[in-house]
Amino acid sequence: MTTMTIAKAINAGLRRSLEENPKSLLIGEDIGRLGGVYRITDGLQADFGADRVIDSPLAESGIIGTCIGMALRGYRPVAEIQFDGFVFPGYNQITTQLAKMRARSEGRLTVPVVIRIPYGGGIGSVEHHSESPEALFAHTAGLRIITPSNAQDAYWMTQQAIECDDPVIVFEPKRRYWLKGEVDTERPAGDPFQAQVVREGHQATIVAFGPMVPVALAAADAAEEDGYSIEVVDLRSISPIDFDTVVASVEKTGRLIVTHEAPTFGGIGGEIASRVSERAFLSLEAPVLRVGGFHMPYPVAKVEEDYLPDIDKLLEALDRLFTY
Amino acid sequence: MATSAEAAVAGEEQLLQLLDENGQRTEHARLAAYVEDVDAEALRGMYRDMALTRRFDVEATALQRQGQLALWVPCRGQEAAQIGSGLATRAGDYIFPTYREHGVAWTRQVDFAEMLRIFRGVSNGGWDPRENNFHMYTMVLAAQTLHATGYAMGINQDQRGWDAERRAADGDAVVAYFGDGASSEGDVHESMVFAASFDAPIVFFCQNNQWAISVPFEVQSKVPLASRAAGYGFEGLRVDGNDVLACLAATRYALDKARSGRGPVLIEAVTYRMSAHTTADDPTKYRLSTEEESWAPKDPLTRLETYLRQSGQADDAFFEQVAADADEMAAGVRAKAFTFPDPVLADSFNNVYAEAHPLIREESEWFRQYEAGFADNQTGGAR
Repeated sequence: MTTMTIAKAINAGLRRSLEENPKSLLIGEDIGRLGGVYRITDGLQADFGADRVIDSPLAESGIIGTCIGMALRGYRPVAEIQFDGFVFPGYNQITTQLAKMRARSEGRLTVPVVIRIPYGGGIGSVEHHSESPEALFAHTAGLRIITPSNAQDAYWMTQQAIECDDPVIVFEPKRRYWLKGEVDTERPAGDPFQAQVVREGHQATIVAFGPMVPVALAAADAAEEDGYSIEVVDLRSISPIDFDTVVASVEKTGRLIVTHEAPTFGGIGGEIASRVSERAFLSLEAPVLRVGGFHMPYPVAKVEEDYLPDIDKLLEALDRLFTY
Repeated sequence: MATSAEAAVAGEEQLLQLLDENGQRTEHARLAAYVEDVDAEALRGMYRDMALTRRFDVEATALQRQGQLALWVPCRGQEAAQIGSGLATRAGDYIFPTYREHGVAWTRQVDFAEMLRIFRGVSNGGWDPRENNFHMYTMVLAAQTLHATGYAMGINQDQRGWDAERRAADGDAVVAYFGDGASSEGDVHESMVFAASFDAPIVFFCQNNQWAISVPFEVQSKVPLASRAAGYGFEGLRVDGNDVLACLAATRYALDKARSGRGPVLIEAVTYRMSAHTTADDPTKYRLSTEEESWAPKDPLTRLETYLRQSGQADDAFFEQVAADADEMAAGVRAKAFTFPDPVLADSFNNVYAEAHPLIREESEWFRQYEAGFADNQTGGAR
């Protein structure tokens, strides 16, 4: 066991992939000498060379599109997008090309591209630096989307994404990059597309992912002081979603809150609420509640604390949940 | 007085040419060396390829008019650009077409009938791109130019030794096809930036057929497209796209340069789309018949036929035989198109992901049971 931050864990995961798979390579803006704007790739170009840790021109469509081409030639490229709000110039390549290449070729071609995107708010930054567009990508078949919430997952899920034959988007919770945790470099984190119960409870379930997992855990702790027993499920994978784990938890607790930073309208929470109502309707003691962002562009930094789901908003939702 | 840009748009800039509009062989010191091996047999082969492509195009258009294809994308008028450039490639080269490159596909041994699968609605791909290193068609304009550049960057990686097996294939190159309309897309710009930045072994082959559906070339560019290459730091060639010899020579030259590590090349093949953009289009609404008539004498097939006849390299018997072969091919294509089995939606579930996916499994199973619920269902999904 080693203690490291999520940022360091991703760096170590990328390093191990570069060491073990000669066909893996990294490409993105400023990821070489600078080590990325968040220093996630720090030191990798020095150790693996500019041919495998490639500083690209500033062009997101170019990064994604050339990754597709390199994958067609047999490589496993890992693209870094600097910030969530900058992925959209590459959105066309991701949704019309990367996601569909396998189906278009009737299963003949695999395109194992990984796209790493720091996402989410809470960093006090400017416009386009704090968005949560996961639902936009989850709606597109052909993509896989994962999001680690701790260092152990960050280390292993990064490597597992690179090994996957499908395109994988890894949404990295940027405001948790400096969150420390234990990493077992010998024991894989299990199936990256399965959810995990990270806190046991029996009266209500909170489903969270990425940056919201620590918030959910803190809210569960606070609720416990008021006598509530709250289970927390870390979704880990946004596409596919491990509904079996979610439903099993709801069947145990009878109540469910889904929380994410993205706006609730059209979000992942709605999908989970709907599926749970289909599969576990008779287990529900209350309607499924969602705690997320408002239907507005991500607000300016001075008011983002009011926008983001936090412990108080989760506790308020729990109060409503227990009125039924 | 016209500016240089206006002159260029008006087509006054000199085109690289080896066979003029009258079917006369012209000299060009730079290009001639690249067609020295082209003898009478090769020339007749090029004519035959162009004639078959045109006949296929006519047949596919007819099939669409008869309701057998959802859509067709004609290539009439662009046969020289496609056959000439396609024949310049080697087996190890990888081609990324747009969706009109039926002649290029033919030079890569893609069966004509297979190209109809997309338009008959039985496939979104149609052929196995790995068999002949000819990629699937891409409907989103210019997207494939980035894939081509990335693929070429991968070739560079191979040569650095990351793939021992492929290192032996040293010298592979890539050709990315796109049109003048696609040249306005940002992906073309980004692909050229990346190709230049990484010295990717790629040739950008733009067929400037003068029209992006209803938008004429002068609305798309104030300068010849070939001149844009200088802005990226590599060479651009402006070639008579109706001259099959010039297209062959220019592409051979460009591929030699690209595969030897001297950077990408952009070729602008100046040609003319003699028919509609697609069978859903109506060019009479946006262009004058006089324009179409002005291009008719430049027809790439007529030009080569004239040269072959006047130089005594082909006679009536040859052209009659080609026409007969073309009709036979077209009949075969038509017959084969009718044999394509209807796809089964249930199979589509298998192609979305490479690895097991629970949502796909769930929906696939639901659909299977739903289908099984119909008493008259005998086909397992192909209702």
